[in-house]
Amino acid sequence: MKLIDLAKILRSKNAGPLYITFDVIFNNVEDLRKAVKGVTKEKISKAYNMEEEKIDIIVYEIVNSFKITFPRRIISGSVLDSDIYGCQQHVPLANIEI
Amino acid sequence: MKIIALCGLLGYGYNEDSLKLAFKEKVDYVGVDAGSTDPGPYYLGSGKSFTDRGAVKRDLSIALPLVLENKAPFIIGTAGGAGSNVHTDWLVEIIKEIAKEKGLSFSLATIYSEVDREYVLSKLNAGKITDMSPEFPLTEENVKNSSKIVSQIGIAPIIDALNNNAQVIVCGRACDTAIYAAPCIKEGYDHGLAFHMAKIMECGAMCSEPVAAADVMQGYIEKDYFMLRPANPERRCTLDRVAAHTMYEQTNPYMIYEPDGVADLRETVYEQVDPRTVKVMNSKFIPAKVKTLKLEGVKSVGFRTITLGGINDTKTISKLDEMFEVIQDFVKVNANLPEGSYQLNFRRFGGVENNACVVVDVVGQTQEIADNVCAIARARLLHCDYDGRKSSAGNVAFPFSPSDLHVGEVFEFSVFHLAEVDDLKETSKTVYSEVK
Repeated sequence: MKLIDLAKILRSKNAGPLYITFDVIFNNVEDLRKAVKGVTKEKISKAYNMEEEKIDIIVYEIVNSFKITFPRRIISGSVLDSDIYGCQQHVPLANIEI
Repeated sequence: MKIIALCGLLGYGYNEDSLKLAFKEKVDYVGVDAGSTDPGPYYLGSGKSFTDRGAVKRDLSIALPLVLENKAPFIIGTAGGAGSNVHTDWLVEIIKEIAKEKGLSFSLATIYSEVDREYVLSKLNAGKITDMSPEFPLTEENVKNSSKIVSQIGIAPIIDALNNNAQVIVCGRACDTAIYAAPCIKEGYDHGLAFHMAKIMECGAMCSEPVAAADVMQGYIEKDYFMLRPANPERRCTLDRVAAHTMYEQTNPYMIYEPDGVADLRETVYEQVDPRTVKVMNSKFIPAKVKTLKLEGVKSVGFRTITLGGINDTKTISKLDEMFEVIQDFVKVNANLPEGSYQLNFRRFGGVENNACVVVDVVGQTQEIADNVCAIARARLLHCDYDGRKSSAGNVAFPFSPSDLHVGEVFEFSVFHLAEVDDLKETSKTVYSEVK
């Protein structure tokens, strides 16, 4: 099963121009816990070619969700940037097998 | 105490009836955020606003008379979208225009928060700069190349302006939360509750259902709690939306970092008190040992010219990467420009078989250089030969004439760092005036 199949909301957005942050929200706490087990830093690191030590995962159980945040290699608005708001970076995460 | 947010962003609109309804009860303060770094570095660099002048004027024209009539001080954060001095003056001019048209008079505080390069260099040399990202260390070169640097002010200068009885306060670059937290803290309410409420309110009615940033939000703060309720009776604040709000665009949903310290939400309790109202308790505050202000700066990196083209031929699409290399070499030889005077990037979108889009993206030291490179690359892309090419009249469908478009000056962030400060007011300067 892919993460997107279990999630209710799965989105990416800048957290300021230097970071990209992902919110993944589930219908219930059981789905959240299942997903948290399946989504490891190792998998995220592979999906985004980002060093594991730069990846933060924070579980926010009050709304059945977790967040992933890591720094942008290409700062928002740089000449080579292709996503100023960072809102189309979620697909590799969505496709992670859990 | 009751405080209201006009909407999530000045110039994005709000419902006039909602505002009038909000004023049926006593309103102590009104706020609105007018800017963001989300649209990228261009706006700070160019001095332009990403919001439209007419739309900003509309939003203010409705609010100003109501605010003054009800004697509720009105705080506007990050004027002109990016909050530099020219952005701030742009907003003040709109306010004065409205005052003149409507015959309004009031005392105005304008808080400028631009800083100069020397200030940032002295912080860097004194070891008082902290990087926010490992991918973006501050360099002396970047500071020296910055065309504009602003500081995000916190609550301190706003509280001063309130104490000086300003009725309208226009801030340059300001923390979004400072707009709403400043009046609460001035009135003696708890810092943790004030910053938490401010964090949610700065997006307008975003924490309500149906969701909309473009509507009025009402915050009620008391000694041990705050409550949120949208002004529009068709919307309601739900526990999920309110609790989820601290996730949005934040690196950590439990911690809200401010110049004065951190709002700690690990023990926060949320309660749905009626179908439209959420009550929040137990948000804490940890004062910072070292006070910091965030600095944002941009530098110019050239001028951009682009061409857009569509490609429907599967064969041509399959040869694109090869063609891009050939064109890069062709431009190098034929444009005969000094090394490093331009960057030519091909961006491709969409189809593998058909409906592909190619953007020829050129950033040159001058607009002329960008035009020159773009014209050569565009012509070469149109006629570039490849093995097995049968459709030899042209490789690309240009949707426009002229095909080459000026995007204008290009800026990049050069500074996005924390500066250690002795005084949270050291980067700002407040000018008081009477508007008649």
